Amino acid sequence: MSDHNPNAPSHLKHYFHDVNQQYETSKFAMWAFILTEVLTFAGLFVAYIVYRSWYPDMFVDAHKLLDVNKGLTNTIVLITSSLTMALAIWAIQKNNKKLSVFMLVATFIFALAFLGIKYLEYSHKFEVGQLPGLYYSYMGPDAMHLNNPHIFFSIYFIMTGLHGLHVAIGMGLIAWLIYSTQKGNLTSEYYTPMEMIGIFWHLVDLIWIYLFPLFYLIG
Amino acid sequence: MSENKKQNYLNHPKGLMSWILTLDHKRIGLMYLVSGILFFFLGGLLALVMRFELAAPGNDVISNEVYNNAYTLHGAIMIFLFIIPAIPGALGNILLPLMVGAKDVAFPRLNLASFYIYSFGALFAMYTIINGGVDTGWTFYTPYSTQSSSNVVPMTLGIFIIGFSSILTGLNFIATIHKMRIPGLTWYKLPLFVWALYGTSLVQITATPVLAITMVLLMLERFLGIGIFDPALGGDPVLYQHFFWFYSHPAVYIMILPAFGIISEIIPVHSRKKIWGYKFIAYSTLSIAFIGFLVWGHHMFTSGQSVFSQIVFSFITYFVGIPTGVKIFSWILTMYKGQVSFTPPMMYALAFLFLFTIGGLTGIFLGAVALDIHLHDTYFVVAHFHYVMQGGTIVAFLGGLHHWWPKSFGVMYNQTVANIAALGVFIGFNGTFFPQFLLGLRGMPRRYATYDEQFVELHSYSTFWSGILGLSIFLAIMNLFWSFIRKNKVDPGSNPWGGMSLEWTHTSSPPHPHNFEEEPVLQHGPYDYDKVIVEKTYNK
Repeated sequence: MSDHNPNAPSHLKHYFHDVNQQYETSKFAMWAFILTEVLTFAGLFVAYIVYRSWYPDMFVDAHKLLDVNKGLTNTIVLITSSLTMALAIWAIQKNNKKLSVFMLVATFIFALAFLGIKYLEYSHKFEVGQLPGLYYSYMGPDAMHLNNPHIFFSIYFIMTGLHGLHVAIGMGLIAWLIYSTQKGNLTSEYYTPMEMIGIFWHLVDLIWIYLFPLFYLIG
Repeated sequence: MSENKKQNYLNHPKGLMSWILTLDHKRIGLMYLVSGILFFFLGGLLALVMRFELAAPGNDVISNEVYNNAYTLHGAIMIFLFIIPAIPGALGNILLPLMVGAKDVAFPRLNLASFYIYSFGALFAMYTIINGGVDTGWTFYTPYSTQSSSNVVPMTLGIFIIGFSSILTGLNFIATIHKMRIPGLTWYKLPLFVWALYGTSLVQITATPVLAITMVLLMLERFLGIGIFDPALGGDPVLYQHFFWFYSHPAVYIMILPAFGIISEIIPVHSRKKIWGYKFIAYSTLSIAFIGFLVWGHHMFTSGQSVFSQIVFSFITYFVGIPTGVKIFSWILTMYKGQVSFTPPMMYALAFLFLFTIGGLTGIFLGAVALDIHLHDTYFVVAHFHYVMQGGTIVAFLGGLHHWWPKSFGVMYNQTVANIAALGVFIGFNGTFFPQFLLGLRGMPRRYATYDEQFVELHSYSTFWSGILGLSIFLAIMNLFWSFIRKNKVDPGSNPWGGMSLEWTHTSSPPHPHNFEEEPVLQHGPYDYDKVIVEKTYNK
């Protein structure tokens, strides 16, 4: 096969014709991957819809046990992190490495804050026994009359837990971006990984935008 | 240059590590092929154990518990470890980049990762067997699967992991088909096998995530008693069935669409005639993939659905018959007035047409609500399923292996033996499964190790022919692998069947490590037998 073109940029893989084909392929595959993510969560959204229609009163009453203020704070934190992620990409397009790294670090810190607040919420629920399934043991006066509240908390923990896992994976990816941008591997010539991880990060944000009203703001 | 010294992907580079860490789609495809065939034999062995037990009415060979394990593992291994990963993974990997003129798939590293994820998932499945098996049936229906003390978790974890391999392969193929085609190779000039892989990959990436989350919920149900599938905790076991079949009905098309693609390649090449209705076949692939998502409820006619949903699911199910019929008629019309030669691949293609048509038509019986309530969970379903999956997919897979064997590995098998084996598969298959339609109609339920005296004749008949079927498949595969030992090499430039797509006209057999010596230029479409003459060339 044709040997490597000596003028080809180092990030161009040998099985692509040119940089543009490589970029388009990555972007296309990333959107297809986003589709699989949406479908993964779709199964859980269906479970949510089924049980909310089975137990509408219980869902409304059980949601009062969640901390709306923490949920709202987390929503703002995550939306802001999406903004800083987008700004990091904008900065690298302008070849402003310093600003890009700063924005990535900010994104990382916001993500960490999100998980921190989530940890506070979870640990409170563990203390009072608002837990999934058989582990549910909460006996407070505001929950005495609830019909199968453990199902609400099963769905709550599974959906927010899977979302939290995505946040954690996103943090790992962002940490790697910080490292490679700092090292100078990503420039305005080639920043595909940052753009792809950016798409992923916006998806993580978007899923939370749905989870927040469905759990914290019903009734 | 002597043909033996010629560099190809099998002999260059050398060394074990060059295989373990290979990014070459052809080597990865070969690794899928070998592991797939091993699991095929394992699953087949379990089937023979079951047939042996069923030769006589009582518990003669194995106990009920062992029988339950045998049918669960047979189903799970055949579906999740062989059919779903192996056909796209093996034939798809080897052929797709060659057919679109690319040097590799879009993401070679991801491709290798898919193979290792698949292997890792398979380890869990193997652990299940060593640790005493699993007895829920391959569908893992709740509530039994949340209560059974057998190895439900390792098996479902294995399936969960293999699901990711399937998703990543699908992603890779879709990106390859969209973005890696050579200039001039437009959608309507693609070989139909590529269209079939495209439809398959679409279903893989859209349905498999739902299976993954279902398996997670099932495992959580066992660990935490989350209550979502458990009626005692306020949940709904039928929701599990909805989730499961939302994946597993489309998964049936993950299994059959590549087979359709293989047949669409074999028939025009071995009839030396332009394919009839190219666009019809291409679009019927996509419509099957689409309709396949809307019919899952027909697996659940006896699960307490509303009559309205039963009627809707039944109605939509019939729509699957239209694109499928379009394909069958197009293949038959392709052969009409063609120069049909009875080569081994063509023998399998003809067997496919016959067997798949029976499988498809009996599917119409089962799609009718009233009949299905009578036939549900009987051997009629078993026979229908095997006519589609074995008579359809596996026969097409064998046909595809024989068709592309000289291309992929540069050796030719003994064609007479291959034809005898193909005939044996066809006769043995019908002998095994046709009696099962009759058993089902007479009320023999599936998944029982023992049965009433009145069924003994049909059961023992089925068992006898299953032995012939097993031997024929073994013969077919051994004949293929024997060609390596026989060293009956084909000329690197040969085109033994006179194929017209890029893998026949522009690569050597076996292909160069980078597929093409120089970037191919498209001269004609894949089925232009009416315009261009392509000679059959073969050194013997």
